Amino acid sequence: MNKSLQACWNSFGQFAGTFGGFQLFSLRLLPYLPKAILRPRLITEQIYSIGALSLVLTMFGGFFVGVVLALQSYSTLVEFGQVDSLGAFASEALVRELGPVVAALLFAGRAGGAVASEVGLMRATNQIAAMELMAVDPLQRIIVPRFIAGVISVPLLAAIFCTMGILGAYLVGVHQLGVDAGAFWSHIQDRVDLFEDVGSGLFKSFVFGVSASLMGVYEGYYAVPGASGVSRAATRTVVITSVWILLFDFVLTGMTMPGV
Amino acid sequence: MSSEARAIDVSVGLFILLGLGSVIFLTSQTLGSNGLSGGESYTLHARFGHIGDLKVRAPVALAGVTIGRVSQITVDPRDYQATVELRIDTTFNQLPVDTFASIATTGLLGGKYIELDPGGDDEVLQDLDEIQFTQSAILLENLIGKFMLKGKAEPDE
Repeated sequence: MNKSLQACWNSFGQFAGTFGGFQLFSLRLLPYLPKAILRPRLITEQIYSIGALSLVLTMFGGFFVGVVLALQSYSTLVEFGQVDSLGAFASEALVRELGPVVAALLFAGRAGGAVASEVGLMRATNQIAAMELMAVDPLQRIIVPRFIAGVISVPLLAAIFCTMGILGAYLVGVHQLGVDAGAFWSHIQDRVDLFEDVGSGLFKSFVFGVSASLMGVYEGYYAVPGASGVSRAATRTVVITSVWILLFDFVLTGMTMPGV
Repeated sequence: MSSEARAIDVSVGLFILLGLGSVIFLTSQTLGSNGLSGGESYTLHARFGHIGDLKVRAPVALAGVTIGRVSQITVDPRDYQATVELRIDTTFNQLPVDTFASIATTGLLGGKYIELDPGGDDEVLQDLDEIQFTQSAILLENLIGKFMLKGKAEPDE
């Protein structure tokens, strides 16, 4: 009994240690952020490998989420004779919830894990130590560009996800299920609000972008050198980021939902 | 600049353009014909005995066309009437003072909106004026209740 309590306490201590280390790491990055503008090329390269290469996956995901959303909601809406609001229904769900969350989850799987294993492998092959020897700050040279690139990419990816989703819903709703095209768009314009819906969606995806990229670089930077350590860093990034995104989405939705 | 670096630049540029394009698309889709989109507006007040489930941001319609929105709903603590604040597009600032405001419903179960019915007076409503003639929301429950009671009462007669 005493032993299991001890084990419990130990794992809690480990959790608190990781959490605290993560916070301190985030604080340490802050003073580097303004200086990163001096080397924009480093950021562009990372936007390419983190954001632009995730583009096809995100567009694909967004399109089919929109298509399925339209098909699903049509069968319910048609019972009430409200198929005209199919577009509003689909786009509100996409812009508020599905866009930011699913785009961030895809990003965590596609790019977060890649960043963690890349940085972890640099740690394992002593590239980070070599940089420190040459008086190059690895935080400035490796970590901060990846972080900034992630923060820029995720909201853009979420916006692309939503747009593809609305187009997918439009294709299925209007061309296959026979919803009136004018009604589809006018209901969207009527129901979706710029600040309450689009604004809160973009704000959410910004928060998710910050947390997903921080987690990736943190896990990679402190990965245990070696094959298993690197793979664990990649796995932990994807798992922790996904849990964090879903949990935090609940909090943010509660905060931004009007009239709750 | 090497051709590889150039290719990276081009794809990053395309990616960001696509992202910003999507943001603009989402923004423009939400700023369509929803009555007040940044245009000039003026405020009118109207008092109702009961507003049903009228909500803030509900449309204000003239001949069925949206010309404004409900911007605020409060209750006067002295005479227990609901005071509704309407923001109306300044294009429609020629409403006569005897304009009639009623709370109507879109469809059978649809949301409530305010329908304006202009009168014939020469004087027009100014900013912050109050609409004198109003009709409260018709509560479906009350109508059904009356109808049912009437149906029951009739056999006795």
